[in-house]
Amino acid sequence: MTKRDWQSITLSAVLLAVAACLPLTGDAYMLSIGITIAMYAVLATSWALFSGPTHYISMATAAFFGLGTYTTAIGIENGLNYWVTLPIAAVLGAVLAVLVGLATLRLSGVYFVIFTLGLAELVRQVVTWGQNVSGQKGLYVLTDITEVHIYWQLLVLAAIVYLTGWAIGRSRLGFALRIIGDDEEVARHSGINTSRAKILLFMVSGATAAVVGSVLAPRYIYIEPALAFTPMLSFLVVIMALLGGTGRLWGPLVGVIPFTLLWEAISASFPNQTTLLLGLSFLVIVYLLPRGFVGLIESGKRKLREREAFA
Amino acid sequence: MDILITGLLLGGTYALIAMGLNLQYGMARIMNLANGEFLVAGGFAAFWFYTAGQVSPLLTLFIVAPLAFGLNWLIYVVMLRPLVKRAKSHGQLEVDAILTTFGLAFVSVGIMLALFGGDYFSYSYLARPITLIGDTYALNRVTAAVAAVIICGGLWLWLNRNRAGMSIRAIAVDPKSARLVGIDVPKLSALAFALGGAVTAVGGALISTFLTLDASTGVMFTLKALVIVIMGGVGDVRGTIVAALLLGILETFVATLIDPGLTLAAAYLLFVLILLFRPQGLFGRRTT
Repeated sequence: MTKRDWQSITLSAVLLAVAACLPLTGDAYMLSIGITIAMYAVLATSWALFSGPTHYISMATAAFFGLGTYTTAIGIENGLNYWVTLPIAAVLGAVLAVLVGLATLRLSGVYFVIFTLGLAELVRQVVTWGQNVSGQKGLYVLTDITEVHIYWQLLVLAAIVYLTGWAIGRSRLGFALRIIGDDEEVARHSGINTSRAKILLFMVSGATAAVVGSVLAPRYIYIEPALAFTPMLSFLVVIMALLGGTGRLWGPLVGVIPFTLLWEAISASFPNQTTLLLGLSFLVIVYLLPRGFVGLIESGKRKLREREAFA
Repeated sequence: MDILITGLLLGGTYALIAMGLNLQYGMARIMNLANGEFLVAGGFAAFWFYTAGQVSPLLTLFIVAPLAFGLNWLIYVVMLRPLVKRAKSHGQLEVDAILTTFGLAFVSVGIMLALFGGDYFSYSYLARPITLIGDTYALNRVTAAVAAVIICGGLWLWLNRNRAGMSIRAIAVDPKSARLVGIDVPKLSALAFALGGAVTAVGGALISTFLTLDASTGVMFTLKALVIVIMGGVGDVRGTIVAALLLGILETFVATLIDPGLTLAAAYLLFVLILLFRPQGLFGRRTT
């Protein structure tokens, strides 16, 4: 590890410690916003782990999230300990990712986008149907877990995701993925098993989203398919990650914080205009910020350096 | 038998919608995720003209089509052409097009929500029974399917007999070689995209005579149209029609015998089977 690695690890640890102190303020509203930000930070970062280097846009976060929520809810109803349901959710999320990956990731990227776009809706229809057949409507998740616990769990999860992302970035797998993103043909010719690499990374991303779903299940208390599989979640994750920029591990976080605050403000005062905002954000990303805030920051830095060089 | 014919009738309308998407994705090479929103907009127009002025939805088609054509042409020229020019590779263009049209889809849903509100809308047009081969069907479904068949037939003739239509098919096969034989690719791509939008909007006006729509149902139709286009083979008109009829029948089958809430699941089942066994589509040729 180089000196810079140590520097960034220390900085991240300090930031994480500061973030962990948020509940000490005792402000319930701050904590609730904190949970939302932490949740999207984990989801967007793990999304970018896969979609960043490969440019395969996954619209399926909600499917994995809902899967996790339902795993915890059903597990607790059947007498399982809450903590046992988290690893189960991770495994189920990874299994779903493998199935989706096997069907679509061997083919061109468009099939993957289309398939993931409808995946949450598909799972929702199947779950609703299952409930109709069994005559059950929703599920109660009654635990003694409070908001503060959820927040801290999300922070731990964030730390794990960042460490995983950092490790993948340095591994052969991360290198292979960057080549796939540049040119899949070249990657195949240099002996990379492209489908295997893509499916492996999609598993990491899917398992993480499922665990986030489990962690948040106690917050909802009452769970029904329309809530757990809301497609809005997938789109928000895509926008936040792309807005921040997927070129760096910390990129999505830069998008998550301002967008969550903006989203909260707009939903509070103009609840009917959120769809419009969502659409405009996509257009802004494509036309004005193709590399996200990260791209903006880095080109700013470069200009500054050039100016210094001339002076 | 009952299910088969209802399915065929539904499939006829699906064929029209998927044909619109095929013109945009197969020929103009833009994956348009806002396709379903144009369908809903067409449906809204038919609904509005019918309830406000008692104009028959079949006449509304002649207003909807040119409007949708113009709007889609503008979208292509103003928003998508810069992306086509900027893209370094096909993959890059695909990602940009997906994000842009997805954004457009949300913007149109937002506008429609603001204009019409979030309620379901439906009206009763030709809701009379008609007897075909011993069973009764709703006249509006039959009319919509017949209109769809006529329009699909016209499109097929145009693509096979007309010079512009044949040039568009040449672009679908290979845009680079099409330029070598003197085809104006940028102009005809815009034409194909605009035409695709018009066909979809017409399909929406027809479908609104027998289905209940609301501002946010567009994406479901986009997904179904995509599944049909991929199943039939991208850029293949014949395949699109066969695939649309298949999906119509399967959906009616699932809705009648299992649960009406599982229609998308049915479409996905077909999608997965196609991806696993014939990713190039029913009639598509395997690319190297």
